[in-house]
Amino acid sequence: MSDFETVAASEDPNARRGPSGEPNAPNQVGGTAVTPGRPRSLAGDAWRDLRRKPIFWISSALVLVVTAMAAVPALFTAADPADCLLSRQHAGPSGGAIFGYDFQGCNTYARAVYGARASLLVGALSALLTGLIALTVGMLAGYFGRWIDAILSRVIDIVLGIPLLLAAIVLLKRVASDSATIRIAAVIFVLAVLGWTTTARVVRSSVITAKEQDYVSAARMLGASNSRIMWRHILPNTLAPAIVVLTIALGSFIAAEATLSFLGIGLKEPTISWGIDINNGRVHMRESATPLMVPSTFLALTVLAFIMLGDAIRDAFDPKLR
Amino acid sequence: MVRFILRRLLQMVLAFFGTTLIVYALMFAGQGDPIQALAGERPVTDAQRAYLTEKFHLDRTGIDGFFYRYFDYIRNLLQGDLGESLTGRQIGDILAAAWPVTIKLALIAMTVTVLVGVTAGVLAGIRRASIFDNSTLLLTLVVLAVPTIVLAPIAQYLLGVRWQLFPPTAGADPDFYALLLPGIVLGSLSLATALRLTRTSVAENLRADYVRTARSKGLVKRRIVSIHVLRNSLIPVVTFLGVELGNLMGGAIITEGVFNIPGVGFNLFRAIRTEDGPLVVGIVSVLVVVYLVANLVVDVLYAVLDPRIRYE
Amino acid sequence: MRRNRPTRGSERKAGTVSQSAVQPTPASPTPEGGHLLEVRDLHVEFRTGEGVAKVINGVSYHLDAGETLAVLGESGSGKSVTAQAIMGILDTPPAVIRSGQIRYQGRDLLTQSEEQRRQVRGTEIAMIFQDALSALNPTFPVGWQIGETLRQRAGMSRGDARRRAIELMELVKIPDAANRLGDYPHQFSGGMRQRVMIAMALALNPKVLIADEPTTALDVTVQAQIMDLLSDLRRDLGMAMILITHDLGVVAGVADRIAVMYAGRIVEHADVRSLYKTPAHPYTKGLLESIPRLDFHGQQLSTIRGLPPNLMRIPAGCPFHPRCPYVQQVCLDVVPHDLVLGDGRTSACHFAQEVRDDRAR
Repeated sequence: MSDFETVAASEDPNARRGPSGEPNAPNQVGGTAVTPGRPRSLAGDAWRDLRRKPIFWISSALVLVVTAMAAVPALFTAADPADCLLSRQHAGPSGGAIFGYDFQGCNTYARAVYGARASLLVGALSALLTGLIALTVGMLAGYFGRWIDAILSRVIDIVLGIPLLLAAIVLLKRVASDSATIRIAAVIFVLAVLGWTTTARVVRSSVITAKEQDYVSAARMLGASNSRIMWRHILPNTLAPAIVVLTIALGSFIAAEATLSFLGIGLKEPTISWGIDINNGRVHMRESATPLMVPSTFLALTVLAFIMLGDAIRDAFDPKLR
Repeated sequence: MVRFILRRLLQMVLAFFGTTLIVYALMFAGQGDPIQALAGERPVTDAQRAYLTEKFHLDRTGIDGFFYRYFDYIRNLLQGDLGESLTGRQIGDILAAAWPVTIKLALIAMTVTVLVGVTAGVLAGIRRASIFDNSTLLLTLVVLAVPTIVLAPIAQYLLGVRWQLFPPTAGADPDFYALLLPGIVLGSLSLATALRLTRTSVAENLRADYVRTARSKGLVKRRIVSIHVLRNSLIPVVTFLGVELGNLMGGAIITEGVFNIPGVGFNLFRAIRTEDGPLVVGIVSVLVVVYLVANLVVDVLYAVLDPRIRYE
Repeated sequence: MRRNRPTRGSERKAGTVSQSAVQPTPASPTPEGGHLLEVRDLHVEFRTGEGVAKVINGVSYHLDAGETLAVLGESGSGKSVTAQAIMGILDTPPAVIRSGQIRYQGRDLLTQSEEQRRQVRGTEIAMIFQDALSALNPTFPVGWQIGETLRQRAGMSRGDARRRAIELMELVKIPDAANRLGDYPHQFSGGMRQRVMIAMALALNPKVLIADEPTTALDVTVQAQIMDLLSDLRRDLGMAMILITHDLGVVAGVADRIAVMYAGRIVEHADVRSLYKTPAHPYTKGLLESIPRLDFHGQQLSTIRGLPPNLMRIPAGCPFHPRCPYVQQVCLDVVPHDLVLGDGRTSACHFAQEVRDDRAR
């Protein structure tokens, strides 16, 4: 559905024109094209570029903070998010409750802090599972080519065409259990199953590029097995682009989890999820807007941090549009 | 061109059967009591049980029974009979009431996207690396990253409840003004994507060789940009807008839900909430068709716009 | 110069163009007895994130009415950049024209306003490019693209532009021109596409045609056809032509004079006969020795050792010294000036005379 889109991970590739403006024609007089600048490593260049970007530092810091929040929430609040008293309904800020209390009389800030765990868990594990599926499919399709590639590429096209939210709704409706672990696992599974395609495409194209490299041909001629070539020579080349895409995907998965929980088909109470809290806050926004604003801000900043981080790294590694 | 369309139509029919089969299998082939699965956690009355058994031929069992039911479902679908929801209303009637609202909303969103997104994208592409370009890039990244479940309620709260610039909710039979804020919220996502796509495309085409040729013909810059560059760079943008319009036609679950707009997405939203199984299946099936038709239209549009595709 | 000053006579009115279809334009008089087109001591840099590349370092050459000058050099030698500077279609940034003059009919184009320069493009100086597939707009029919020049620049009506486009396509020998008007560039073969490109360049009867590697992207047999066509058209229409190429073989039958470029400079300049017979620069000599020759059957081809210099760090002294078989101490320290060798020949080599007289070939 339109209001549930993930950020497209790849912008159109565009042809690169050298600074001389002259196309590098096959040269009959025995010269080669001029390559300006001394050879520098791509990673070094990218790092130099990244260091100068405030967005990179801001988003890295946010990612660190929210990761710490997910790992040790007690560092950020001493309050118990499950300690809710209806008598405190929409009470103002006091003591440990810097944002006051929500409709149920729960500590708004504490709930937002504890909400990081489910979000990050779902985001990270979905990204990990996505990465595994994408690496396998992309590697098989890119390395073996021919009919394997033809079939896998069609599968990618088909899965890519499925509206994510609708499919997730249909799939998650089948999970009747209210157990927190099962619901989290189900959301992770559904997101990964529907969300691996972009990464697989990226992996496939970088595998194809790596496969054409001379050292890979050399390894093959020296009798290295397919699995060794894939594992030792090609995999390292595909990791960097895959990790960049997965960083962005992680942000999108966090947003997707929150959306599913918001709709009441993702995680369910008593699991603390920003999506659930946003929905609860939305219903009672006329009485008090803070219980809506606080988890909304937490969620937006987290998603933004991951997407901006991935975007900055991708720009640094991809000098095309610099 | 005709062959191209025919080929795509064939693919579409296959995709339709594939997708509906999957949806149907997911809803009905499974463990436990299929009727309870349809109805979710709500108690099922005997009348409903009888209706569902008869409607979905649940008395037949096994793989054979599954395909029998599937084709029965498809036959009903093709005859325009979507069946009844658990509340006893005709699903066809529900959709007939919902669709005009969703279309209005989609058109508002699309207008916002084209007016703001494409225009700003062209400007950003022409002035690449300018302050305007960099700030729109950052702004669109933020818009793309902020989930609708954050954007919609906060816009509703600030612009509707707090400052009261717009009606906070739409309600039954909403007018244009009531749909304006949800339309903008809904359009903001496509706006951001369209802006980025346009910008990249324009920037790329400005560096194309044919621009150099056009300059060496002595054409004025305005003409080079507005005729040569735009004609080429809008091809992917128009394609995107087509797909997006198709998506918007399917309704926007979150936006319609938050703003209480009785569109297609809202009904799906409510069907999920109330765990009205037949309504979910019915709406999803129709949405699949809308989605597939939109994609076909886009493919044809693409072939019309790009002569290199047209004559392959 | 002002932008909004009324444009001067270079825009032709409708009707005056169509009659001059095939007749040769009389060689235009050049004021002050000077050259039709003259590049003087041009310096161009590319400023990129990685540094400054000195792409053109003092190029001078001239072109008289009705003659063909071949500019020869490797990729990156600056031959195309010079041509784009003449046309005024360099992308700035990254390109920066540091100094120099480009005089057309006695006026320095570089001091003119963008609007004045635009008026020169197409009507006075036209250009064709290497890769016609990317140089033509993929989304418009070729007839429309040829006609656009006529409609926009010569004020022709749609119908007139269409008729004239057919004439032009016939002029460049595109078969069945009237029926191919509505076809798109990708529907033409490489050679036919280049002909479309040429037709477009000829639309406004330019006095100078710059052909930037017009045959590089084509098959060998088609190359010869296109070169013949260009040569014939140049003669019939009385144009002057700058032929940019990296292929010495292409030049021989077509050009009157040759300017050889290396690292953004003209290293040797001579009439075709002398240059082939007695090259006076080690680089030219190397180029000639690397051409396969039928009469030297069985002999091994020599190549020029090394690579062209990085334009961000051009070697001190003579830029060719790291690759030069004649290199001496002086070449490492002193930039050679153009040595005048008589008959309008020059060579930027400290040992030009020795190289010319070295008959080791």
